[in-house]
Amino acid sequence: MSPLVTADPKAIIEGLLLVADGPVRPVHIAEVLEVEPAQALALLQELQAEYDSAGRGFALHSVDGGFQLRTRPEHAEWLRRFRKSRPFRFSRAALETLAIVAYRQPVTRAEIDYLRGVDSGGVVRTLLDKRLIRILGKKDVPGKPLIYGTSREFLELFGLQDLTGLPTLKEFNDLPPDMLSAMDLPPEEQKILEDPSPS
Amino acid sequence: MPYQIDLDSFKGPLDLLLHLIRKNEMDIYDIPIAEITAQYLATIEAMKSLNLDVAGEFLVMAATLLHIKSRLLLPRDSEEAPEELELDPRAELVQRLLEYQKYIDAAVSLDALPVLGRDVFVRSNAALEEDESEEAEWEPVGLFELVAAFRDLVQDNAEESFHEVDRERLSVTDRINQILAALADRSSLAFGELLAGVVSRSEVVVTFLAMLELVKMRLARLMQNGRGGPIWLYAVEGVGDSCQVQDESLGYC
Repeated sequence: MSPLVTADPKAIIEGLLLVADGPVRPVHIAEVLEVEPAQALALLQELQAEYDSAGRGFALHSVDGGFQLRTRPEHAEWLRRFRKSRPFRFSRAALETLAIVAYRQPVTRAEIDYLRGVDSGGVVRTLLDKRLIRILGKKDVPGKPLIYGTSREFLELFGLQDLTGLPTLKEFNDLPPDMLSAMDLPPEEQKILEDPSPS
Repeated sequence: MPYQIDLDSFKGPLDLLLHLIRKNEMDIYDIPIAEITAQYLATIEAMKSLNLDVAGEFLVMAATLLHIKSRLLLPRDSEEAPEELELDPRAELVQRLLEYQKYIDAAVSLDALPVLGRDVFVRSNAALEEDESEEAEWEPVGLFELVAAFRDLVQDNAEESFHEVDRERLSVTDRINQILAALADRSSLAFGELLAGVVSRSEVVVTFLAMLELVKMRLARLMQNGRGGPIWLYAVEGVGDSCQVQDESLGYC
């Protein structure tokens, strides 16, 4: 970091985070500061720890592979008052569909419909419009149905670093063994179920 | 009506079944099929008596329940396919219910995450940055904002009180083609710009209808820079001056 040798890099990063429009990736910061990405990441994590221990009104969240200054959830009420916004609520149908897409992606409309037991076309379209889910492509089966997955906006909305940060699915391992034989989970799903790392 | 049930709240047959199982404190792994089938059918009857459209999905599930019930009643044929695992006829249904319950729980835990704009907030864009930059977040315009914008327009262009017969009327089709021509030159138009030089209320209405038609025909998109920001009309990729809308394609002219 030749030209910036006198400035405190952590303070610079703080400034970058303040003006950034979205989550900032360590690589981006490394480019600006002319340091190694690993060093940028370490500084970001230091900042993160400092904000947490100092009990600031904001925290450095890891979102979508980057870092973003966000207010604390426990202050939501005051911020909503300040913004004059009412807390929005997701519909149950939207949340269920979003959960299915998030945990089972890539997933087709038919699979969503089957899992929910109802036609989910309207909800899927709404989620597409809100860009929380996206079309990943077409499945190579008869009819070439579209397959859906979650988007970066989804990660940003729920403050997730990546999909492994999703809350762990409750397992139904308390099933009696004779019924367990009827459960033929596709292997890729089992992988997702067993691979939740703490966020 | 034997059951007091908020019919609207059921998202589907699986939801209804889960509700009945919970309400009757049934063991989901050992569902008393006869009992739950009776209750399920009674609920559907109740829906019919309220003149609610019983969605096909509910009827399919009713048939499934009856099918399971009949299979449970029939004696098992031990000679037929002895190697095949003697699956409980209820197994598939139980699996679906558990799967569904799993995603209901997942939906609840998703909802419990700190949601941006609800629980956590980010710095709002400083006023200085609100120039014409491409980086600005564009979001689709909602119905209510459109209605509000239209109301403002009509109020700004209050009908004047003098009488003058003016036969030079602008059709929606003409207006659409004018807007398309304008969009061919520039990719976007501010909502207010569309009405530059428009004086009469009927022209405002025609312009507004033309805009809605364009959006409906997917020739243009309405976007807005943040809630409450100015509304912009965007040309959809690939729409150029080659587009001409004919009178016949609209229900009015």
